[in-house]
Amino acid sequence: MSEPRDEKRERVPVENDPNLGAVPESVPNEGPADADLTDIGPDPTPEADTDVPDEAELAEVLAEAGIDEEVAEAAASEREIAVEVGEKIIEVKAVTVKFGGLTALDDVTFHINRGEILGLIGPNGAGKTTAFNAMTGVYKPTSGDVLLEGKSIKGKKQHRITRAGLARTFQNIRLFGEMTALENVVVGLDARHKTSVPGALVRSPRHYREEKSAVERGIALLEFVGIAESANTLSRHLPYGSQRRLEIARALATDPKVLCLDEPAAGFNPAEKDQLMDLIRTIRADGYTVLLIEHDMRLVMGVCDRIVVLEFGKKIADGSPAEVRADQRVISAYLGEPDDDAA
Amino acid sequence: MSEQTPVRTTRAVQLTESREALGGRKQFLGGWRRRWNRMARWQQWLFLIIVLAAVYYLPVANPWLITTEPGNDFPIACFQMAVYALVAVGLNVVVGFAGLLDLGYIAFFAIGSYTAAFFTSPDSSLIHIPYLWTLPLALGIAMLFGVALGLPTLRLRGDYLAIVTLGFGEIIRILATIIPAARGQVGFKEVGHPPGTASDGQPIFSVSNGVPWYWLAVTVIIVILLLVGNLERSRVGRAWIAIREDEDAAEIMGVPTFKFKLWAFAIGAGVGGLSGALFAGQVGFVNNQKFDVATSMLFVAAVVLGGSGNKVGAILGGAIVAYIPLRFTAIADYKYLIFGIILIVLMIFRPQGLVAAKAHLLTYSRLALDKVSEFRAARVASEQEKAAAAEAAKGVPNE
Ligand SMILES: Nc1ncnc2c1ncn2[C@@H]1O[C@H](COP(=O)(O)OP(=O)(O)OP(=O)(O)O)[C@@H](O)[C@H]1O
Ligand SMILES: [Mg+2]
Repeated sequence: MSEPRDEKRERVPVENDPNLGAVPESVPNEGPADADLTDIGPDPTPEADTDVPDEAELAEVLAEAGIDEEVAEAAASEREIAVEVGEKIIEVKAVTVKFGGLTALDDVTFHINRGEILGLIGPNGAGKTTAFNAMTGVYKPTSGDVLLEGKSIKGKKQHRITRAGLARTFQNIRLFGEMTALENVVVGLDARHKTSVPGALVRSPRHYREEKSAVERGIALLEFVGIAESANTLSRHLPYGSQRRLEIARALATDPKVLCLDEPAAGFNPAEKDQLMDLIRTIRADGYTVLLIEHDMRLVMGVCDRIVVLEFGKKIADGSPAEVRADQRVISAYLGEPDDDAA
Repeated sequence: MSEQTPVRTTRAVQLTESREALGGRKQFLGGWRRRWNRMARWQQWLFLIIVLAAVYYLPVANPWLITTEPGNDFPIACFQMAVYALVAVGLNVVVGFAGLLDLGYIAFFAIGSYTAAFFTSPDSSLIHIPYLWTLPLALGIAMLFGVALGLPTLRLRGDYLAIVTLGFGEIIRILATIIPAARGQVGFKEVGHPPGTASDGQPIFSVSNGVPWYWLAVTVIIVILLLVGNLERSRVGRAWIAIREDEDAAEIMGVPTFKFKLWAFAIGAGVGGLSGALFAGQVGFVNNQKFDVATSMLFVAAVVLGGSGNKVGAILGGAIVAYIPLRFTAIADYKYLIFGIILIVLMIFRPQGLVAAKAHLLTYSRLALDKVSEFRAARVASEQEKAAAAEAAKGVPNE
């Protein structure tokens, strides 16, 4: 089943914070689910993945994915938009990211088409979050280039990349704990606002305009992700599921062209995952392009138009859910090398 | 059943909201805060005016038990409390809002003091301007120094920034000692004061008369508070708090973190300079003696004591830190020891400081509250409708 797998992969050691490198003291949330993240040591390579699923599990995974083909088909009806305006919105070109001796991303090339939901999958430590970080400017790629709508965003300041239209959520939730849910979202909305110190000091008309629309749009975004009632609750007091939703709302608030979700369903139960799938589809239907990192195969296969698979920092597959599911290298990446069995 | 419904609806909403007004935590003054939030605007204004009248009246009233006399002249003590409060308000922008630990804040205070001295004291060979002009000038010059310090150092984080600012504080103090124009320990006498002569021929703002100085300082505090409040409830304040909470996440959410950190530094520095100029005017004398690291620490202590990130707390913290050694002269020599102990105790039992209120970050916070109440009311109503429908459905087969 996919459930135990999900639980397992949440154990990301904080000192190796995959979101942003080494800033452990600033991880703001100590929610119940985060306790899990800290209690197990580093697990950097997929080889350390001890519970290699057996044949029965393989069958189950595939069967599950098969069932969801219908769901994927249902979602596909909206894909005309993607086909119409399906030019490449993001191109990741031969990107390599090295941490000292470790090559976390090795010459990875893929692209995202406008209006599609692209899944980015791979075993633990495959380099998925690193790919996000390289795209959003947290790490500067050692080599290679990242293009947003044909323009290079490599080496640009992170807030400029965000304003250029690339927003993300974090694998380990990173909300502004001492701000309310609404204020968190308004920080995202502020990415499009212009008022700075002089305007705020004298309360310029633009300031009032932006503030008013910020509250209105902020509430609307919270309603969209389903937590409007908690708008005035401090985000660190929100339940875990609401925090994950708030992360999505905050990223959406920056009005991105591409929304990157880093394991938005981590720690969710199946019902919550279904809601999340619906939410992601709605987001795409609203005209956003989505890049989704997710371990739950059912979710990925159900919602994604195309899937890129990473393993050990290398891209090993790229194609439709059906193609990826049938890919021999993907199966062995997820379920262990056949010669491992022989050994 | 149907009569009960509206009552329960509003009560449920009210309960959740009153809990929320507390920011979900138990608070000293928490009940007050809730009451304050419930008040109508005109009630809030009325309350503020009464408090302000009391504050302005304080040095004249010279209340028994509160007074610092005979050890220290009470109006002058009040003025010093006001200056410390102003310092704390400025430092609070840097430490409390933006989360940048500045251990060299005294440097900006010194720069403000020297600005007032350079442009008003007969001991200075620079051009002389009216004292009141030195207030905005001190603010501006200190801001420039703040930017000059911030540009290279604000890329540093946490401990590193604290150490560099500490060094900066020392540099300014040492410069004041070694640069001949700053006149070292000899200093500047007869620093200017605002115009005006009393009926007895003495200037109104004399060194010995603390009351007008205190009124001036309180007025400056009010103006600065209003301006800082404007910043707080805007994109700027949100950027600061976001940076304090998680700088990387803020940057990724589109906050130009460096720019807003620099603004925080510059604004904090400006207010520090302003307080320095006020202080220099009242004391009438500036030399290199009072700008040591320990005083910087005292400033930070004031902010932390009052409640980092809270304006009212900063004022309270600043006033307390100035007041205790003035009131209890017998123990004044041990003030660092005493503040140290107070801070340790406070950090154990109340790490958020005396006044632990969350910053207000939205200009239209009432609009937000109203909208959320609407959502709540709508949900409670729909739930009750559902419950009623279910009951009705149950009831039908029974009959
Ligand atoms: N800042 C860093 N410094 C050193 N090594 C890092 C850093 N960030 C990531 N790594 C390493 O790079 C590799 C890829 O990590 P990454 O977080 O991208 O994996 P992932 O695919 O997101 O895994 P998961 O599914 O566990 O989130 C891992 O071996 C990880 O330990
Ligand atoms: Mg990851």
